Amino acid sequence: MKDDWTLIIKPHQKLWSVDLGEIWRYRDLIQLFVKRDVVVQYKQTILGPLWYVIQPILTVIMNMVVFGGIAKMSTDGIPQALFYMAGNVCWLYFANCLNQTSNTFIANQNMFGKVYFPRLVLPISTVLSNLLRFGVQLGLFIAIYLYYYFNGSNIHLGNMFSEPSFLTPVLVLVLVLVLVVMLAGLGLGFGILVSSMTTKYRDLRILFTFIVQLWMYATPIVYPISMVSEGTLRTLMLANPITSIIEAFKYITLGQGYFSWGALGYSFLFMILLLVFGVVIFNKVQRSFMDTV
Amino acid sequence: MKAIEFENIGKQYRLGLVSTGTIKHDLNRWWAMNVLHKEDPYLKIGETNVRSQKGHSEYVWALKDINFSVEEGDVVGIIGKNGAGKSTLLKLLSRVTMPTTGTIKVRGRIASLLEVGTGFHPEMTGRENIYMNGAIMGMTKAEISRKLDEIVDFSGCERYIDTPVKRYSSGMTVRLGFAVAAHLEPEILVVDEVLAVGDAEFQKKAIGKMGEVASGGRTVLFVSHNMAAVRSLCKSGVVLKDGMFNFQGTANEAVDYYLKAYADNYSGLPLEEIPRTDKTNGLLKFVDISFLNEANEPITPHCGKFLRIRLKMKVEKGADQCYVAIDVNNMYGDPIMNFSSHITMDEFKLTPGIHEADLDIPKLPLTAGIYRLTLWANAKNPLISIICGDCLRDVIKLKVEEDDFFGRGKNIGSHLLGKVVLCDYSWSVH
Repeated sequence: MKDDWTLIIKPHQKLWSVDLGEIWRYRDLIQLFVKRDVVVQYKQTILGPLWYVIQPILTVIMNMVVFGGIAKMSTDGIPQALFYMAGNVCWLYFANCLNQTSNTFIANQNMFGKVYFPRLVLPISTVLSNLLRFGVQLGLFIAIYLYYYFNGSNIHLGNMFSEPSFLTPVLVLVLVLVLVVMLAGLGLGFGILVSSMTTKYRDLRILFTFIVQLWMYATPIVYPISMVSEGTLRTLMLANPITSIIEAFKYITLGQGYFSWGALGYSFLFMILLLVFGVVIFNKVQRSFMDTV
Repeated sequence: MKAIEFENIGKQYRLGLVSTGTIKHDLNRWWAMNVLHKEDPYLKIGETNVRSQKGHSEYVWALKDINFSVEEGDVVGIIGKNGAGKSTLLKLLSRVTMPTTGTIKVRGRIASLLEVGTGFHPEMTGRENIYMNGAIMGMTKAEISRKLDEIVDFSGCERYIDTPVKRYSSGMTVRLGFAVAAHLEPEILVVDEVLAVGDAEFQKKAIGKMGEVASGGRTVLFVSHNMAAVRSLCKSGVVLKDGMFNFQGTANEAVDYYLKAYADNYSGLPLEEIPRTDKTNGLLKFVDISFLNEANEPITPHCGKFLRIRLKMKVEKGADQCYVAIDVNNMYGDPIMNFSSHITMDEFKLTPGIHEADLDIPKLPLTAGIYRLTLWANAKNPLISIICGDCLRDVIKLKVEEDDFFGRGKNIGSHLLGKVVLCDYSWSVH
């Protein structure tokens, strides 16, 4: 009798009080949010989902003109279109996850102010809905890849450490999947952390939008990390958890890039810690953010 | 069995803007709590939430020391003036925000209706939004699919169901939102004033649905200013005042308590000293009101009998043109009748001093009950532009006793359910 309350609301909770089961119960809601994001994005546009493809194409053309053409930066012998596409597809996914989840509280305050559901549902569905866009863009990448492959360009699946290559297509698939999960996890982790920290004091939000722009240049998207010689700068660049993911992706798919289990392990650990920390902070903030937002 | 238990609930808010100043308090609080391991220093201060008075503290308690419990299957109306903390209480219960102190214990699934149509996206169709809104409220997709036809039918938006909601009229959006909400099946339903929307037909439908839910054995918490709805839907009632717990009883007792507390705010005060809410020109002031018979003896007004209402006015400066009016409103403040000297073309010229104005009603056409009067005087003086001489809104109570209005040997009681005005008539059948 004393203990059969289904819900107890009190001012303070334990640090880790995330009810993952509850989020699972709301999986239908996640699905609907994903659908909403996808459907709504290009409503009343003529080209519709074609924009998924047009955006990266324009970005890559711009990259080819500025970095490949004017600055004449190396692409490690990979055709420029393919090289820039590989970096941009990954980066766009990360940056979209990050930008959209970092807005969770402020953008949804009307809804959050009226009804309860586990707040984590929203950033999670954002990450998932971006996955669709990523998938389409990855398809574009594969199309370009095949074009160059059959036109005899110097590209091949990366050979891990030594011949004979044990990087079978299945392993490539698995590795790419892991990399995508890591991008998603990092985007989500940073996003919810920023969204938690910007509800009360919005200063960070202003700072953050251009940090993301700068961050792209600190990540080897438009240049290969091989251009950066050993030293402090390179160490700093590898401290950026996105670097090893992007480089690994290029290595696996294009055969050129920096691949290191250690660096990937670092990024993975970084992601786990970031997610735990982010979820704890997010959870703390979501309890009272309506009063301060 | 108890469904909900509030223990010592308090909710503190900080007034003013969040800005650079706030960070000092945040740092202080953090220092005290995390480094010195003391209590939150700002919890000790703070004032009760009296909106109209200027306070000294930056912190207010929107709710303080709320202790009560709700039995399973009870339908509780929560009433109180604006800012009494009703909505805050519901917000805490819906977990939109957390209490500052205390605990709320709940048994069963809660669905809260602080708004209808939460999460509606203007670009999505009605059908898509039904799913969206239902899922936000905690329904599963399967549940919604099962009830979809019913929901569409209830909303009356069948024809538009595959049109984006942005093309809907605002009324239709509300209907659709309420239709979804009405088909939730939680053990506990928390409702905030949603009946105040939509057209009359839909309100009737909504109240009917609420009644259905209420009689279905579910626990309902219902915040409303519509006293009639509280009386008819709720079994018990709770009155909040300035964030504090004021009264708990049956719904009727609570409504009566609330209305009485409201009306008695100024009882006993001479009319002169009651604060005026309107801007007046100070030419005259009501000082007294009395209910008399033909012989000028004080009486209690009776239905169908003669009533003379005598207003005593103190005229400060001369008024060239003066009209007097009395409005009769019901307990909820809805207007019922008006007695105005402007309509009857009775115009007075007043010299400084005390004057009396008599309103003679030969046959009081009101059924038994309590009414509230608004006294109003329109006084013109060529030198002063404001024409309102004096105005006392809803302050005076008029209690009418039941009596034999038609002279047929039958007392007319107060059972006419809001239809309170009588006149002489007769029926004949051919």
